[in-house]
Order: sequence, then structure tokens, then C-alpha cells
Amino acid sequence: MKNEMEIIFDAVSDNESFARVAVAAFIAHLNPTVEEMADIKTAVSEAVTNSIIHGYENLGGYRKGCVPEHPSEADLACPEAARRKMNPGKVRVRCLLEGGVLHIEVADTGKGIENVEQAMEPLFTTKPELERSGMGFAFMEAFMDDLEVESTPGAGTIVRMQKKMGVGDWISCGPSR
Amino acid sequence: MEQITTEDFQVIDNCLMIQLPEEIDHHSAGYICESADRYLVRNDVCNVVFDFGRTRFMDSSGIGVIMGRYRKISCFGGKVYAIHADKQIQRIFKVSGLNKIVEVLES
Repeated sequence: MKNEMEIIFDAVSDNESFARVAVAAFIAHLNPTVEEMADIKTAVSEAVTNSIIHGYENLGGYRKGCVPEHPSEADLACPEAARRKMNPGKVRVRCLLEGGVLHIEVADTGKGIENVEQAMEPLFTTKPELERSGMGFAFMEAFMDDLEVESTPGAGTIVRMQKKMGVGDWISCGPSR
Repeated sequence: MEQITTEDFQVIDNCLMIQLPEEIDHHSAGYICESADRYLVRNDVCNVVFDFGRTRFMDSSGIGVIMGRYRKISCFGGKVYAIHADKQIQRIFKVSGLNKIVEVLES
């Protein structure tokens, strides 16, 4: 059985919970365990958050550190408005279920990652002022079976993750255990 | 999703108790950090207790919240505690190595 879904949404922090709940709903019919569900939600949340705050630098949800890197005169005159200014980027989440394996692809057309290897190191962060942990990719690796990151600076990033669902053979009516 | 309010922050003796929201992600973390820091500055707070009783979801943003608070109070000998943390939250502590700096109290 093959099943696919795709959602595209604005890169704002309000949509982080939407994205992970949508993916959770997509796999709900597989009767995943509580752990599987939590793992997948966490991994999706990490990938989508990365796209929003690093890919598009939309830091609005965080309420601080939101001033653009090169502020214009208008921005300096009214920092409050500049802080609220959003990059109108989109995040695309694609899910594919095939043979009991869940494939998730989170793509953005943001600024991309210069050094993917470095970005994937635990605790490494380019935005220490945001008090984030630098654990995003580490969590995706820990909670999913496979992680692949493809990024072109200036063009965007695609994160691909895979996870074998434990109840796969129950769904495909395989031998009962 | 319910929003975290000022009632969720309480100072008891020298402890700041923080009742965390149902979901801790990047979106909700900002408010928690900001409010917690206001209490840390204003009051004579030594330790911070994070109450996960309501929390059903946390990602690495939650780790950032705890690490940030820990950094602010540890230089004065303060400690960070977690209570009512379910299996999933404790797993996240373990994966991130946070269980080395947070004391998880069984209740």
C-alpha cells in the first residue's frame, strides 16, 4: 500500500504545531505506539522550526532577536514594525507511506546551510542569542531511522527522514503475531 | 493549545516554580524564557523547578529553555529540577544529555 500527502504552509512559528499534528494525523490509521507518534512529532517539529527560524529567519514567534541583519532606515526608525516583518516563505512537508516505512520530506527555499556537517553537530548553533539548544538535527537523527540533508546556500534546504513503523505488518495483513 | 499565563510562575521560598504548557516548541518557548528571566532578576531565586504535569509534547526548544535557565542560576549555585516528567520527556532529557544537569524528581 502506498499513501502520500503534501502540505504547504507559511513559514511562521504558529504553524509549527499544525505541521506536526498534520503528520501525526496522517499516520494515525497505522495505530502507531505512543513512542512512535512522539518521535515523529518531535522530528517534524525540529525540521519545520529549522526552516522557519534558520531558512527564512522568521523569528517572530520568539519575540526577541527579530531585527533584520541589515536594517533599513525605516527599520531603524520603527524597530517594532521591523521586528514583526516576516519573510513570506513557505515550508513544504511531504509524507509517503510505503511498505510500512514513513518517509518525511521537509523543504524550504530559504537561505540554505553553508556547512551541513557542522550544522548537524550537536550543540552547534548559528543563533546562540535565541537560546536554542543546537540539538535539532541530533534529535531528528535520534528519533528517526535515517536522516539526509540536502542544502544549497541561497536556494534552500531539503531534509529527508525515514522511519520504519512497528505495526507495518499488522496494517498490510501480514502474519499475525 | 492553551497559552501559558503569569499564574504559571510562582516563587516559593527561593524556588521559582514554572508550570509548563501542554506543548513546548519554539513558538511557546520564547514566552517561557522571557517570563522566567523576569522572575529570576526580580526575586531572590536560587533554584528553578520545571513542572511538566501538563506537558504532552516537547522538542529541542524545551532543552534550550532549561539550558538557558540553568546557565543563569548555576553560577550562583542554583539547581534545576523537573517534576511530573513523563516517559517521553525523560527520553528527551536522556537523548540530549540534559539529565546530567537537571534533577528529575519522582513524585
